[in-house]
Amino acid sequence: MTRYLRYLVPLLLFGLLAALLLRGLSLDPKLVPSPLIGKPMPAFSLSRLEDPSRTLSDSDLRGKVSILNVWATWCVSCRAEHEVLLQLARTGKVNLFGLDYKDERSSAQRWLSRLGNPYSANGFDEDGRVGINWGVYGTPETFIMDRKGIIRHKHIGPLTPEVVDKEILPLIASLEAESK
Amino acid sequence: MKKLLTLLLLCLLFGNTALQATTTLESYRFSDKQDEQRFKSLVSQLRCLVCQNESLADSDAELAHDLRQEVYEMMLAGKTNKQVTDFLVQRYGDFVLYNPPMKPSTWLIWFGPFVVLVIAVLLLFRSLRRQRAVTQQAISDEERKRLQQALQQSTGKDAQS
Amino acid sequence: MIPELGHFSLILALCMAVVLAVFPLIGSLNNTPGWVALAKPAALAQFCFTALSFACLVNAFLANDFSVAYVAENGNTLLPTLYKISAVWGAHEGSLLLWALILTGWTTAVAIFTRNLPPVTLARVLSVMGIISIGFLSFLLFTSNPFARVYPAPLEGGDLNPLLQDPGLAIHPPMLYMGYVGMSVAFSFAIAALIGGKLDATWARWSRPWTTVAWVFLTIGITLGSWWAYNELGWGGWWFWDPVENASFMPWLAATALIHSLAVTEKRGAFKRWTVLLSLLAFSLSLLGTFLVRSGVLTSVHSFAADPARGLFILVFLSIVIGGSLLLYAWRAPDVNSGGRFDMLSRETLLLGNNVLLVAITAFVLLGTLAPLIYDAMGWGKISVGFPWFTTMFVIFTPFMVFLMGMGPLTRWKHQDPAQLARTLRIAFVISIAAGVVAALPILHGGSWQAGLAVALSVWLLASLLLSLRQRHRHNVGVANIWKSFRMRGGGSYYGMIIAHLGVVVFIIGVTFATQFTQQEDVRMSPGQTYELAGYSFRFDGAKPVPGPNYRADRASFLVTRDNREVATLHPEKRTYTVQTKPMTESGIDVGLFRDLYVSLGESLGNGDWSVRLYYKPFVRWIWLGGIMIAIGGLCAALDRRYRIAVSKRVVAPEPSRVKAPGKKANA
Repeated sequence: MTRYLRYLVPLLLFGLLAALLLRGLSLDPKLVPSPLIGKPMPAFSLSRLEDPSRTLSDSDLRGKVSILNVWATWCVSCRAEHEVLLQLARTGKVNLFGLDYKDERSSAQRWLSRLGNPYSANGFDEDGRVGINWGVYGTPETFIMDRKGIIRHKHIGPLTPEVVDKEILPLIASLEAESK
Repeated sequence: MKKLLTLLLLCLLFGNTALQATTTLESYRFSDKQDEQRFKSLVSQLRCLVCQNESLADSDAELAHDLRQEVYEMMLAGKTNKQVTDFLVQRYGDFVLYNPPMKPSTWLIWFGPFVVLVIAVLLLFRSLRRQRAVTQQAISDEERKRLQQALQQSTGKDAQS
Repeated sequence: MIPELGHFSLILALCMAVVLAVFPLIGSLNNTPGWVALAKPAALAQFCFTALSFACLVNAFLANDFSVAYVAENGNTLLPTLYKISAVWGAHEGSLLLWALILTGWTTAVAIFTRNLPPVTLARVLSVMGIISIGFLSFLLFTSNPFARVYPAPLEGGDLNPLLQDPGLAIHPPMLYMGYVGMSVAFSFAIAALIGGKLDATWARWSRPWTTVAWVFLTIGITLGSWWAYNELGWGGWWFWDPVENASFMPWLAATALIHSLAVTEKRGAFKRWTVLLSLLAFSLSLLGTFLVRSGVLTSVHSFAADPARGLFILVFLSIVIGGSLLLYAWRAPDVNSGGRFDMLSRETLLLGNNVLLVAITAFVLLGTLAPLIYDAMGWGKISVGFPWFTTMFVIFTPFMVFLMGMGPLTRWKHQDPAQLARTLRIAFVISIAAGVVAALPILHGGSWQAGLAVALSVWLLASLLLSLRQRHRHNVGVANIWKSFRMRGGGSYYGMIIAHLGVVVFIIGVTFATQFTQQEDVRMSPGQTYELAGYSFRFDGAKPVPGPNYRADRASFLVTRDNREVATLHPEKRTYTVQTKPMTESGIDVGLFRDLYVSLGESLGNGDWSVRLYYKPFVRWIWLGGIMIAIGGLCAALDRRYRIAVSKRVVAPEPSRVKAPGKKANA
């Protein structure tokens, strides 16, 4: 009997392969998950986009549940995401901060004044160094931090109303509920 | 989805797209030829995350340019290879290493091929040895048959004479 | 109208494929001669309809019919005619139609050129190919229709990707597909043999020339792709272990193992089950490659636009074909009796060893390609496996194979006296080691153990080939005798082996020396400035704008001199294509047998200055020269007179001394 079982081995191996490929169809090979989740957010200090004389730093995001959205005017998906961000800001439930990544200051300011500004404040990361510290590899990316300043979630790609309803808002609510 | 398509388009042209005016080829100058070699080899062992199948050395993407600059500056500051790779892995995860790191979870990749080869060679020897055993048995069958034939022929000759 | 004709023709082709797949197969099992006889006409009809469909698509491109969505995406009025044609297979839908065309073409070829094979067996072979046709034709019709219309029709097309507007790349997919599809012939022969329960040397003899020819095409296709990448991509690379490249390399490795295994099965009746399994494996890898490239499961700079829905269709099809074939194998293979016996040291064993190594290499390439997916699917984190890992593994495995390759031709079938073999190869071994040591010395080119290893292996292989030739021609030297020997039966196979293995030698030298001893510099140059590299002076004579048929270019001029003698004038370009507006580099290359001089433009830095990359690449041409030699060797083997004797046998009465043992008679 074992003699015959031997000939089934190729079929079994193929079965495993097929199962793997089937699973692979629902995965996205381009997503790079962040190793920073569960770790304190990287320290930074940048000049503010709106007012170069003031700075935005990590301490401004600490002490409350905050969202950092990485965006740029040259990024097509960020334009698509912008409406969703405006709606999110209007709910009043979030502290939304922005990181303007590798952009041009005047274009970015014009962009916000023309399309609306959902952010409480924006850091201007001209050379992308801060982005590298946050593990940014493609805009838009959105990070959610808890009160203690620990990164709890990273969303890669533009935010959609569905993502906001199903992922972001519930997470914010649970983080708010966490004891100080 | 659009972003992914944009990335894919970027990659389809091997990052030859210049979204902004960037130098496609830069010259990083080191005082020491050995350092320059170390830089080149280090940068070819790191992955470009935007293009996802090119090393930092080959990719012309914006992020690759920035990361190369970062590596360059760290090397000028005297950091070792491990410090540079640790810096990047902290921020981007193991994925940024073009070679999978050597740790228990990646033993499958590093030792897998050799395990498969050893098993295959063992199976080969086993089947060769088994074949020889059968051969020896078959010969004795054949010998027996020849003996019978020889016997028949001799009895046939006897009958004729 | 014509696109609709093309679409309808494709539907008819699918109908014919169904007829081909169903009736002859059932007829062969029930012994219904009428149904069995349907095989050839159905195969021919299938091909004619597919060809008509393909012609309609070509016509749509040449006529700039942008109401067809596929033409609108990939065509353009400014596109030169050659590229309008090659644009037909430049993207997903059209390339699938090319697949189908080639598949139906091979099916017809098998139907026409296979005489003296019992109709029942031929019917089964053709039916299996028909089943595969059903898969591809229905994939086309249900998910990837090249004739879908777009309304309103745009005035201008999206243009063919500028990277693909190159003669080398125009012919690269057809060559590759000829190879992939050709593997289906060996696959079908194996299935037919498993169904019929008759797996013998005759089956191997029929399968072998078809498989060899398919393998030759695959070799050419891969070599072309590598050569193109070097010429076009601007940084002198020629292989990247990219998932799509691996998807073409794995069938090639399996096919190489297969042609060697078929040789043993044909000559000695040994390895039957293994050869069948390899036949199934080679085509399975082709199908797997198709899946990987089009499903979006892996990222690659090469892949077609990914679509998981299409991926699912291919996966289901793949599972049916491969799963079905392996199930058949599990059921029927145990009944196959083992063939010729052989000793521990014999040519059979060495060929088996070569097979094991080739399959092991295939396995690790598969592992490395799928590893990111495996880890992601199992939740073990995200890892990446890239160029360095693959190259390391390859460099570890290959030397063992080359070592066996050196021994193979000098080892007898069935039994080889180890002492005699050692005596023959003693000197070759010593010379190889010596050459290797010398090549690795630091005084030459700064020293490199890789160069030493490569030289040792090459000398070893070369010496063994020379020894083999000497053995064969011990008593009749001279070119005339070699030619006569070549034209004899078995001559094509032997000299094919010599040429192909020689190609491997050339390839090893090319790869190692190009990798180890390349010199490169990235510099900023102003007009009139000179830079020294590897003993050559490169003088930059500025760049000026130049128009092209569908692009604008900045064309630079470089004068290369050595010892004050002019060597070459190179004209690298930086092109911006009118439609897709992405910049592209055309490198300036001075081609030489022993070295290439390579210049590519980076960016304009203002004031006429440019960032420039200069390369000195020694022996890089040997890489593709090796590939071509391997292909030529395969062609010689496929054209061996043995395979053509069967045809002339009916015309000329064979001389008694020439007729081979009963196994060669074509009545299975």
